[in-house]
Parts: sequence; structure tokens; C-alpha cells
Amino acid sequence: MPSSGNGRLAVRKTYKLFIGGAFPRSESGRVYPVLGRGGALLGNAAQASRKDARDAVSAARAAAGTWSGATAYNRGQVLYRVAEMLEGRAAQFTAEVAAAENIREPKAGQQVDAAIDRWVWYAGWPDKVAQIAGGANPVAGPYFNFSVPEPTGVVAVIAPQESSLLGLVSVVAPVIATGNAAVVVASQDRPLPAISLAEVLATSDLPRGVVNLLTGSTAELAPVLAGHMDVNAIDVTGVAGADRAELERLAADNVKRVFAAEQDWAAPPTAQRMLAFLETKTVWHPMGT
Amino acid sequence: MTDTVPWDYAPAPQERGIVTIAPSYGLFVDGEFAAAADGRTFATVNPATEEPLAEVALAGEADVDRAVRAARAAYEKVWGPMPGAQRAKYIYRIARLIAERAREFAVLESLDNGKPIKESRDVDVPLASAHFFYHAGWADKLEYAGFGPARPVGVAGQVIPWNFPLLMAAWKLAPALAAGNTCVLKPAETTPLTALLLAEVCQQAELPAGVVNIITGAGETGAALVAHPGVDKIAFTGSTEVGKQILRSAAGTGKKLTMELGGKAANIVFEDAPLEGAVEGIVNGIFFNQGHVCCAGSRLLVQESVADILLDRLRRRLGTLRLGDPLDKNTDIGAINSRQQLDKIRELSAAGETEGAERWSPACELPDRGYWFPPTLFTGVSQSSRIAREEIFGPVLSVLTFRTPEEAVAKANNTPYGLSAGVWTEKGSRILWLAQRMRAGVVWANTYNRFDPASPFGGYRESGFGREGGRHGLRAYLDA
Repeated sequence: MPSSGNGRLAVRKTYKLFIGGAFPRSESGRVYPVLGRGGALLGNAAQASRKDARDAVSAARAAAGTWSGATAYNRGQVLYRVAEMLEGRAAQFTAEVAAAENIREPKAGQQVDAAIDRWVWYAGWPDKVAQIAGGANPVAGPYFNFSVPEPTGVVAVIAPQESSLLGLVSVVAPVIATGNAAVVVASQDRPLPAISLAEVLATSDLPRGVVNLLTGSTAELAPVLAGHMDVNAIDVTGVAGADRAELERLAADNVKRVFAAEQDWAAPPTAQRMLAFLETKTVWHPMGT
Repeated sequence: MTDTVPWDYAPAPQERGIVTIAPSYGLFVDGEFAAAADGRTFATVNPATEEPLAEVALAGEADVDRAVRAARAAYEKVWGPMPGAQRAKYIYRIARLIAERAREFAVLESLDNGKPIKESRDVDVPLASAHFFYHAGWADKLEYAGFGPARPVGVAGQVIPWNFPLLMAAWKLAPALAAGNTCVLKPAETTPLTALLLAEVCQQAELPAGVVNIITGAGETGAALVAHPGVDKIAFTGSTEVGKQILRSAAGTGKKLTMELGGKAANIVFEDAPLEGAVEGIVNGIFFNQGHVCCAGSRLLVQESVADILLDRLRRRLGTLRLGDPLDKNTDIGAINSRQQLDKIRELSAAGETEGAERWSPACELPDRGYWFPPTLFTGVSQSSRIAREEIFGPVLSVLTFRTPEEAVAKANNTPYGLSAGVWTEKGSRILWLAQRMRAGVVWANTYNRFDPASPFGGYRESGFGREGGRHGLRAYLDA
């Protein structure tokens, strides 16, 4: 939180949702207090409703074609631009992560550094993932047969509850690096760094709607997204293990891909989270004179 | 116009005696055949004659439990610790034994399933053998598959459909075994016999007991298998409806899943397509295996400018298809696999007429006994019609037209399914343009219904997830 030095009264920020590139309040008008150390009020976050979640899915669907249709090189550049914007706001994120996670600033700073580096790592993937996930297949016949990975489509992401920025970045970046559009539910109790990340995304040439961010009750929003017929996949990493079964049942209605993987967010990532949100398309192309 | 060929074919029967069918079959568990614990059985019939072929054990929960335990023990004591190179040799043996006994398998498949002998002989059985041969070579090379350290998942519970009984068994077993898993496989209740012959092949290959277990039964047996807590991995091929039930039942269990479900594929013919080839591809796309194919090209999308001439040629070609005895080498269209499936095809076809589409079939005499349905074509089909939306799983083609490539793409993708698509054009650039836009896991260009063990197969959206075949298929059976 920016402090008010020299007796100057700080200008506070109203925290809002991020849907289709805009920052609306919840259509429900609801907010909930976000508390820091000793119960201090850090801000009021918008408490998104099921209608907001559906709007976010519509925005993601509208963006999915544009984003998956962009060249891989272009997507890599946009993601790299995000990392540049993050770097410029490192101090702000450090303060916010420290407040959100109730940790000291040096430790928060490490988290922010790791989050920026993680983003850079993923920024290098869009124009490489097809080469590790696809290939030519030697079939017995006069065909050039090849498999290419394609984005699954609209992916709902329930972000980790503890790690407010590094965890968030670690689950969002792989989804969009592979060309998907995301509807993200931020950590319920630690949502403020996520909203600042949305501000970064909004100013990084990322097409609007590629990432949509909801704050509010995970228990209220996750089932809406799990049961939504226009969501193609859901990452339930941020949902407690015991609560996942119901989401998996809802996800069956349209054969959603369901993914969950806890990990030590500080550890180096693998390709696993990217492969989870890719489909494999195999084409038989004729050969002949 | 219903042109028919002006000559008759002499019968060209494949000898049935090449395969011996026992009067009854047990469950294959822990390397031995045994009756069900409660002694229950069911009959499997020849759908072309409605004659019973054999009595088959009906596995109950106790049998499922015994099979899963046998698989677990084999996984922990034998197959898991075995070096990949040795696993490979067993799988190679199975591949060779299937090839050696290919004609037995083919005849048995045609008798039990109703498919023409030329298809079981030339497609199902050779591909099944090839699938084992391909995957055998992976067993000692898994670290090159690109999914991290090669760790198997454990015990795989596999439930397969009746449309390609032996081939689906091969698609399930071969990658699972190569990756070091053990298996409990449940074939469909109407087509258990080739899986049981495959069990005999496993014995001949001296595959260690419990590595492959084959339990026969209907939906309840399959439900018991996928619900068994000792199963680490569920692989299912079948209808989207049953797939969703399995997904719901597996929710919260942490079991690894792959689903190969239904489809309603578009076969798209552009005006510059080689029309003779396209006609053959359309026929192969929907009438191959009586249309009992999840990736069947059941929606023909033809560019308006060539619709009349293409449909004219298609009708003429349908007039030459020969429907009848599956064991006759000239037969193109065999029997519908079951009474139940026949009823479903009839119901949906009737709905097509009710909803205003025009129905056409060539003059075609149906045998008096058995389950038969003539090749059928619907024109004037609207996108909202049931026959354009629902999987019929029979020899019924719905014809729609389009004007622009963009319209073809929109119509092709207008389905919750996404298994496959076909495109017919002489332009290579158009093939790739269209392939990129299809929301489907397999796209065939100037061909249809081609399969290869090296080629990943599987769906987008409600056609399921996970791939079978190729490097990608291994991921389903590795703890990646």
C-alpha cells in the first residue's frame, strides 16, 4: 500500500474486476473487505457474482479466436511485454504481496522477482511448444501425417489461495502462453496483487478478454465456471482437495478437461501446465504428383 | 434414380470352419479361464443370423475385484519391475501371434460383430497386430517420449465398444503394456469373442499371469470396473453419454482418465475436389463398418455448385454396394451389431423424415433374419435437425450444403463433438487452411477413416480427451 509521506493524504484505489479489458465493479454491487496484518483493512474487493462469471466467459470466448490466431511470435512478444511492465512495478507488487501475505518486504521481493522471471520463462514458450508437443508421424501410406498442439479454448483457473502473485502467475501464464483465453478466480483472501496484475495485463498489448479476473468467493464462483458449457477446461489447483469432487462432477457435463497440480511455486516449472491445456490435432495430408 | 448393377455376383464365402468357437467361455483372470463367481452367463449372437454363437461368463463385482487384484499383483511383482526390453519382447510376440492367426480373428470378428469379412480381414486385424508391433518398440524407449521420467500409472481399467472389438482391445492394451501398466479389459457384451481369443494369444505368448485380464459382461460390469478403488487409470471408448457417467463416478477419486467418445464429423467437399475420389471417400466415411464408427463422416457438407452432380454420383455408387452375409468376400455392408442399435438407427431416421429431410436408399434387399439397415441418405437436412446433431452410429448420411469456405467451417464446427473431419479439394493450401480451423482431433484430407498406430487419434470437446496412438498416446499410460 502506498503510504502517505510528508503528511500527504494518499489517493486510494478502488479494486475492481477485470472483464473484457475493462475494470467493472461487480454487477451485484457487492464488495468484501480484504484484511492484512492485525485485521487492518487493505481495501474492499469486488465480490463477483455468477453473472460476472458468465460475462467473463463471454469475454474470454470472444478473445479466444483472436489470441489463438495470433502468430506464436507475436504472443511471445506480448507476454514478454507483460514481464517488462511487471518489472517496472516491482516495488508496488512487493508492497502488495507483503501486505497480502503478511510477510516482510525482502521475502515479498523474492516472490515478485520469481514471478517476473516465471513470466519471462513462459514468454519464451509460445513459439516453441508446438515443437515439443507436436511432430510428424510416420504412417504406412502416401500421407504427410503431422500432429500439432492447439489451445483447448476457454480455461477457467482457480488460482492458488496462498501465493498471491507467484502462484497466480504460475497458473495463468501457461494457460495463455499456449493460446488459450482465461477466466481467473483470484485468491479469495489475498486478491489485491491479482488486481494489480490485471492492470499490468491491461497495459501490455494483451488483447482484451484474453485474461479476465474475478475476485470474490471461490466456493461461489468455482461451481459456476465448472458447470459452464462454454468453458473447455478448468484448473482447480486453488480449490481444496475435498472440494474438487463436486467441481469434477459439474465439469463432466461438457467433458471439460480438469487439471490440478499443487507444487512448490518457488521450484522451476515444467511443461506440464502447458500440455494440460493443449489439444492434439492430427492431419493426414495427401501426397502425390 | 436407383441404378442397379446389371449383373449378379456369385457368392464368395470365406470358410467359417477356420475358427473354432467353444460352446462357452470363462473370464480370463490371472492367466486362467474361469467361470464367474456366481456362475452367471450371457449369450453372444451372430447379428447377421440372430443365432447364438456361445455362452460367455458374466463378471460380477467379485470377479472384477479378483481381476483387479491379479493385475495389481502382476504389476507389483512382475510387469512393473521387468526391464522394458523384456516387456517389448512379450508385446512383439502378441503382435506376431495375431498376424499368424489373422484369419481366425477375422472370421470370428465378422461372426460376432456382423462386419464384412473384407473389413475385418484387411483393416481390423492387421491394424491390431500393427498396434502391438508399434508399441512393443516403445517399451524400452519411454524416456524418449518426452513426458519426463518413465513411470507407469499402475492398473488400468479399460472399457471398449463393440464396433472394432479386437482393434479397440489392441489400442487399449498395447500402449498400456508398453508403458509398464497391467490391465483389466472389458469388451462390449455383444462382441466378446475376439477379446477372448486374444486372451488365448496372451497364453500362447506366455505373458505372465495377471498382466492382462479380460472380463466379460455388460454395463454393470464396466461400472464395477471403473469404480474399483484398485484401478489407477480408466480408459474408456464409447458413447459420450456413458463417458459423462464415468467422469461423474470418477470425480474426486484422483484416477487418471482418457475418454474417446462420440462424434458427428463433417466431411467437406469443395467444388474443385476430385469427385470420383470424393464419392469413394464419402462412402468409406459413413458406410465403412455400417457407420458404426465414432469418427464416421456422418455429415456431408458439399459446396452448392457441385451438390447436384456429386449427389447424383453418390446415389449411383450406393446402388452398387452389396449388403448381406458378412462372411461373403464381396459384401460391402454387413449386419447392424444388435437389435438395440438397429432400433436406435430406425428411430433417428424416422425423426429425420419427421423433421422434413428427404430420405433415400438404393433398391436393396434385406435378409429375412438378422439386423439390417440399408445405406441411407438424407438431403435437405437443417442444422437443427436431430440427424444433423445426434450421433446415429449407423449407415445414415445427412447432406448439407455450403457456399463459402467460411460457411463450411462454421457448419462443420457447429456441434458439441470434435473427433474428426474430412476435406476434399485439390488445393493443398485450402486443406491446411481448413484443417487449422476444424475443432477436431483428426483431419483427413482427400481420404477418410484412415488409422495408423503411429498417428494420434482422439477428440476435442465432448468427443473426449487423451490420445491413442503415436508418441502422444503413451502419455495416457505414463504418470507424467
